[in-house]
Amino acid sequence: MTTIEFLKPDANITGRRNAIVEGLYNLLPDECVISDERELVPFETDAFTAYRRLPLAVVLPYTTQQVADVLKYCSTNKIPVVPRGAGTSLAGGAIPQEDAVVIGVSRMTRMIDVDYDNRTAVVEAGVTNLSISEAVSKDGFFYAPDPSSQLACTIGGNIGMNSGGAHCLKYGVTTNNLVGVKLVMFDGTIVDIGGQALDAPGYDLLGLLCGSEGQLGIVTEATVRLIAKPEGARPVLFGFDDAEVAGACVTDIIGSGIIPVAIEFMDKPAIDICESFAGAGYPMDVEALLIIEVEGSDEEMDAMLKKIIKIAQKHNVKNIKESQSATEAAQIWKGRKSAFGATGRIADYICMDGTVPLGKLSYVLRETYKIIEQYGLRVANVFHAGDGNMHPLILHNANDPKEAQAAEDAGMDILRLCVDVGGCLTGEHGVGIEKRDLMLHQFAEIDLNQQMRVRAAFDPDWILNPSKVFPLTLSQRKAI
Amino acid sequence: MALKILKPADELEAAQLITNARSEGTRLEIRGNGTKRDIGNAVSADKIISASAMSGITQYDPAELVMVAKAGTLLSEIDKALAKNKQMHVFEPANYGKLFGTNGKQTIGGIAASNMSGPRRYVAGAARDSLLGVRFVNGSGEIIKNGGQVMKNVTGLDLVKLMGGSWGTLGFLTEVSFKVLPRPETQITLAIHNVSDAEGAQLMATAMATSADVTGASHAPADIASQLMNAPVKGGITFMRLEGLKETIGVRCDRVIASLPKGLNIQEIDARASLALWKMIRDVLPFADQDQRPVWRISVAPMSGYKVAAAILNKLEGQVFYDWQGGLVWLRLDDVSNANAQIVRNIVKDHGGYATLIRASEPVRASTAVFQPEIAPLAALSERIKMAMDPSGLFNVGRMSPDV
Repeated sequence: MTTIEFLKPDANITGRRNAIVEGLYNLLPDECVISDERELVPFETDAFTAYRRLPLAVVLPYTTQQVADVLKYCSTNKIPVVPRGAGTSLAGGAIPQEDAVVIGVSRMTRMIDVDYDNRTAVVEAGVTNLSISEAVSKDGFFYAPDPSSQLACTIGGNIGMNSGGAHCLKYGVTTNNLVGVKLVMFDGTIVDIGGQALDAPGYDLLGLLCGSEGQLGIVTEATVRLIAKPEGARPVLFGFDDAEVAGACVTDIIGSGIIPVAIEFMDKPAIDICESFAGAGYPMDVEALLIIEVEGSDEEMDAMLKKIIKIAQKHNVKNIKESQSATEAAQIWKGRKSAFGATGRIADYICMDGTVPLGKLSYVLRETYKIIEQYGLRVANVFHAGDGNMHPLILHNANDPKEAQAAEDAGMDILRLCVDVGGCLTGEHGVGIEKRDLMLHQFAEIDLNQQMRVRAAFDPDWILNPSKVFPLTLSQRKAI
Repeated sequence: MALKILKPADELEAAQLITNARSEGTRLEIRGNGTKRDIGNAVSADKIISASAMSGITQYDPAELVMVAKAGTLLSEIDKALAKNKQMHVFEPANYGKLFGTNGKQTIGGIAASNMSGPRRYVAGAARDSLLGVRFVNGSGEIIKNGGQVMKNVTGLDLVKLMGGSWGTLGFLTEVSFKVLPRPETQITLAIHNVSDAEGAQLMATAMATSADVTGASHAPADIASQLMNAPVKGGITFMRLEGLKETIGVRCDRVIASLPKGLNIQEIDARASLALWKMIRDVLPFADQDQRPVWRISVAPMSGYKVAAAILNKLEGQVFYDWQGGLVWLRLDDVSNANAQIVRNIVKDHGGYATLIRASEPVRASTAVFQPEIAPLAALSERIKMAMDPSGLFNVGRMSPDV
């Protein structure tokens, strides 16, 4: 499967490999530079494993100044740079190229400051998403965005992809929970953007950085919002005989003025996969399952659930199961959050990430099944229904090139469908290389040119993650 | 001499007018209805282009929690449609008309371009957090779209955020889409009497550390508190707003009170009065005094607000009150002829924040950088961004800074 094009490595750069590696050793402690081919292998891909390229070298700095030194060196010598967090991107956002230096932030793992009165934490970019919440949990706080990969993924990567998660229906995605960063610009200049004070004057650079996929600079520290933990949280399972009816129920709940903290959807194949992996207690005799989480005091949760159940009953809900204990609640979420991993045990899969308007959920679900059937494949749907962010997992055998190709093609068809009903290509995974060439389905060339001109304001020579996000036909043009 | 006002009827006409302006080298002042013209530095322009003729809600299905409207649509029209469906803009767009002594009607494009947000901002985000999509004409006369109508979207560079709060310096907005949310069923405000500014900051921080979901946290010293309560009070008052379901709001009230020290004088303000109170705070009505005394909007970390205020009031005569858990300081100075920018900004800078001069007489505005100047590398970056969007420098020249 080689449909996604990679740039031909610049022989001028690869030819200078030894000199470049030596240059990096001069800037950093020896243990921060990886140049041995075998040791480079772990960095050749991310969670979009169908594609891989060995980078020229990898550096894992300890400090912002070291990141700045490397960036300055690379920009002076016009060497492409691929920033990397934990390498959990599902879109190939961190896949290297042969003429690039990977700058990984995995050694920058200090929690610098926790300030409960101002409700912020300052962390280095390599701190994992979950460890922020873990560090403040004992004092009654948490960090809201919760991507499924939260055990491994870094806050730096979260900013690059504007990561979301199951609970962003209520709390928003990364961009809504980030108040400041320390940024190393392409030429090694270190700047602080934002901070504990809200709404800095000038252009919203913080907003631009979120989801910019490492193309505007490298974030080395982040100041994030902490939120007081709700008194209690209760996920409730709602089983339905029909996937589309479950979709309509979601639209009705939101339309009635209730915003639960999360509404997750699973279809039959996803239920089977997750249940057999996690033993979460999901009902097995239904076609679709909603996990709806409410939070607050017992009185608040009871009041809200009463309303939700009433709506679900109108949609002929087949069974309703409330978690009776914290352990049961954790099991329910464990099943959901291990969906990708559990799927990986039974087949290879690619995961799509299109987002659609809520009213189109049922229609898109129906069409998704049709598309998958046309390609003779199987699909498991598990997604954030409350905000229209769909995650069809397209199952296939990656060792069969024909089937792998079919899976990729089916995925692209589904994403086009999402755009056509008024949605977008990616809700939280990013464009990376995976969806790069579909960008022209969502945007006109003129729109992308405008984005690329703004991008160039941050990185005039296009050294930062240069072959991602924008179709190569556009980004390889010198003048935009 | 009054400038000529261009009022395109649609996006295509706007693009044509801007293309013409570019070829003629005509600098344009961009505006909706001009209600926030008095904010920012003076604009050098040859003509005005207004979105006021481009009006109407283009898409609104309450169950999708999104509203799309042309940029010149009046906020009042949008509010009406939202109210009918028991929905709202969660960021509480402010209206500074009374502060300026004007009574123009704001447009939704102006709300997006100014990123002006009210009391709920510190928990629910600014206007830019609710802004999901934009269409605009850039300085080359090209029609650009970015973002869309869905709540999660990381498809390409987020120019939506860039346009939010860009004060018309980067493009002419033609259409915006905002996330909208259900309106809470009811609200209650707790007014805690006889509290100093420092004590108020600590009380608010304590309440915010509970799970009670306080959606408004403001503090006013006695003079301003008297205005807000419409009755003389002897000491400062800290206000905390709770919103939600009728059947459970009492429980959350109790939770807040239980978290605070014993022996406080706490008054409950009912839904109707609470609504009016937070509107006064949102619209800065305590300083709507029909004159031109300088009004600063200072943003700092919540626990720094009272310290900044004390340091400034130690050197200058004036009044303050606080929103956003204490992190937004509204400061009015007594000397109408001097905004004292250097004193204010030096103190604010020590606490890592920003000071924006929202109101001042024309001569004062003309001699003051209204927005806090950025550090050199960021100012240079902003200039490059401006060039990337408006290469000929046509739009709102000088409004955000002399360079942009």
